Amino acid sequence: MAVVTRGHGEPLAQSPTGLESLDVRKLGMWAFLGSECVFFGALIASYFVYRPLILAGDPKPHEVLGINFTALLAFILLISSLTMVLALNAIQHDRRRAGAYWLLATAVLGTTFLGGQAYEFTKLAQEGVTLSSGIFGQCFLVLTGFHGTHVFLGVIWLLACFARAMRGGFNSGNYIGAEIAGLYWHFVDIVWVAIFTLIYLIP
Amino acid sequence: MAAQVAVPVPQQEASPLELRREWYGWQWLATVDHKKIGIMYIAASLAFFLIGGFEALLVRTQLISPLNTFLHPDLYNQVFTMHATTMIFLGVMPMSVGVGNYVVPLMIGAADMAYPRLNAFSFWLFFFGGIFLNLSFVMGGAPNTGWFAYAPLTERPFNPGTGPDFWLLGLQLLGIASIAGAVNFIVTILKMRAPGMTFMRLPLFTWVTLITSFLIIFAFPSITIALILLMFDRLAGTSFFLPSGGGDPLLWQHLFWFFGHPEVYIMILPAMGIVSEVLPVFSRKPIFGYSFIAYSSVAIGFLGFTVWAHHMFVTGLGEIANGAFATGSFLIGVPTGVKIFNWIGTLWGGSLRFRTPLLFACGFIANFIIGGISGITLASPPVDFQQTDTYYVVAHIHYVLFGGSIFGLFAGLYYWWPKMFGRFLNEGLGKAHFWLQMVGFNLTFFPMHWLGTEGMPRRIYTYFPNQGFELWNLVATLGSYLLGISILIFVVNAFLSARRPAEVVPDNPWEAATLEWSTTSPPPAHNFDAVPVVYSRYPLWEDRDPEGAHGATAPRTNVDAVSHPADDVAATGEGEQGAHQGGAAHAFHLPNPTIFPVILAFGLVLIAFALLFAPPVLKITFLVSGLVYGVVSVYGWVRQVSD
Repeated sequence: MAVVTRGHGEPLAQSPTGLESLDVRKLGMWAFLGSECVFFGALIASYFVYRPLILAGDPKPHEVLGINFTALLAFILLISSLTMVLALNAIQHDRRRAGAYWLLATAVLGTTFLGGQAYEFTKLAQEGVTLSSGIFGQCFLVLTGFHGTHVFLGVIWLLACFARAMRGGFNSGNYIGAEIAGLYWHFVDIVWVAIFTLIYLIP
Repeated sequence: MAAQVAVPVPQQEASPLELRREWYGWQWLATVDHKKIGIMYIAASLAFFLIGGFEALLVRTQLISPLNTFLHPDLYNQVFTMHATTMIFLGVMPMSVGVGNYVVPLMIGAADMAYPRLNAFSFWLFFFGGIFLNLSFVMGGAPNTGWFAYAPLTERPFNPGTGPDFWLLGLQLLGIASIAGAVNFIVTILKMRAPGMTFMRLPLFTWVTLITSFLIIFAFPSITIALILLMFDRLAGTSFFLPSGGGDPLLWQHLFWFFGHPEVYIMILPAMGIVSEVLPVFSRKPIFGYSFIAYSSVAIGFLGFTVWAHHMFVTGLGEIANGAFATGSFLIGVPTGVKIFNWIGTLWGGSLRFRTPLLFACGFIANFIIGGISGITLASPPVDFQQTDTYYVVAHIHYVLFGGSIFGLFAGLYYWWPKMFGRFLNEGLGKAHFWLQMVGFNLTFFPMHWLGTEGMPRRIYTYFPNQGFELWNLVATLGSYLLGISILIFVVNAFLSARRPAEVVPDNPWEAATLEWSTTSPPPAHNFDAVPVVYSRYPLWEDRDPEGAHGATAPRTNVDAVSHPADDVAATGEGEQGAHQGGAAHAFHLPNPTIFPVILAFGLVLIAFALLFAPPVLKITFLVSGLVYGVVSVYGWVRQVSD
């Protein structure tokens, strides 16, 4: 009946799960991002449910979507992931000022992306693609709009991190706040890679 | 991890909030203590449970006789929709969360949840969201489309009132609260376990809470998307689910049930966990097949994501799809059946003490077997073609969600009540509650199997005299009144236990085995005087002091303790700040009370109102004020965490 009796050995200081090195807040962010995967997964899947209708409708996506321009936006967002990595690296090596400026650079690139998206939305609106214009407009705008909302929140978060970094709030012993902001930011970038590939590039 | 050494911050003596800290309500409004939040969850969910129960009685009263005119058909639609929505999202789910909130940190030997402030935010958002949903009754009509709100019935051309708007915005708020709570549980259980508390020593209730939390974070985004698309349809003129604009109503069903089926496991798994805790204690022997129960729960969690379309057999998915989803649904019967045998095996040969918690646990097993069997029948497409949308389905879901979840949750309430409040619930009233609930429950819902097989559709506000439905509808309604009385007995019992003079409840009145019983009843704010060290699956049994065998308490010294290592302590919060209390030997990290989670939750509700209101002035006013509340509270929250 006895299950595990005392004397089977020392109590383990930590359970052997490999979780010891993971920060509490970082694990929370990973769990949240897992949830976000399903969020965007369901959104993209909904787009694909309507894809046959979208391709049969008018205007067709590849006629109105500026792929070259969006490729530039995607490039800007990917570069912002690089600057985020550089920011964290600088913070971890106690180069405070560099870390702060890389954070600012990341936020600026994110803002550039948002500006580009706003331009794209206005251009589409001029060509008659709006939320209520038909199946393509609603699917495309809701999907990319929610990604844009995530980028927007990320930019605000990065600016808050920048303000904190300028006050010396991060250092080599305390960088987890910037690291989880970075996790979120990389996730938002990866989602854009998926959206760009699936919505823009696949003919 | 080791880097976050806690920086002691003394209580701010000169705070302008100091005066209000004396106020009793402030202790609850601003609390970040998982025990107080757990109690608030339980109290609020019980209140909503009473509202939902009242709605059920209205429904049953309307159906007591043919061609009854007690409720207007439209009001009937609102009442049954709100009954289900209330019971699922405001009753069963938050009660499980509340019990988990109270018990899980204690079970794993932690001082609090991983994110105490986020925990408070989850509670307040759930609470405000529940009030928001119920305000619909007095603000232009409640939701009236049934709890799964099939499109296009929810679309504006067919449903111009505000009911569906309340429903979709309210559920969106509750979804945010649930996901935040689930992330919190996952991190708490994975990171905050006491030394020696390996996965295979985790109490089974903690196991199922972990699995339930994973179900929540992966299932809820699906309904979030469904609700967002519906919101755009209703508020922004899109037509995602409106066939006239090219929309696909079936997509709603897929998105909804991809959430909706895991949701039923989100409601039943915690009850299974409670039963797995109660049975060994009152049988005085370890659970039979611990790892089978743990892994069966994991299996149920996984399989739960593969069977959603068995709710959609009649939509014409085709034979192959129906066959695949039926197979998956049958498969779920296997791990579920494994658990039932484990529970029976635990009782078998045990030295049984039929106290109220054990009665409810046995009631759970009996009712759940019936609900499980009717579920297996419904998993078969040909049977489902016949029974879907009849009272047979109503009988099935009530056998699993009332006969299962609610019985399990009451077992948990009676079991942990002395730990939570330091008082027992009256045993005689408890037994009266159980037997009346058991009889009333079966009288109400068993006849629905027959009504369903005879073809009575669900959600119909009346029926004709000569259809053969009279007798069993009458019986069901009388049974529901018995159920109402039984719940009232519980309410009276709870009030009486609060009014009786304080008694001294020992640490471990049931002679239970898990860590929450090693601290005082109720526990101190910091839970444990020292971090317990765990050597076995049943710390209070395996390590029992032979001298004190029949004393009702297992002396706390039987659990080895180590002094709080500072880095572990710091890990309890989202930040490094907090007041340190306790003796010279230990330092306990207890975050300061904060009002910002309440304000943020309130701000989100204001934004929901802004989306709801049509007049531009109201819209803008509520949006701006909601944003102000949101921004101010997020700013204050972040300052508290990072400064």
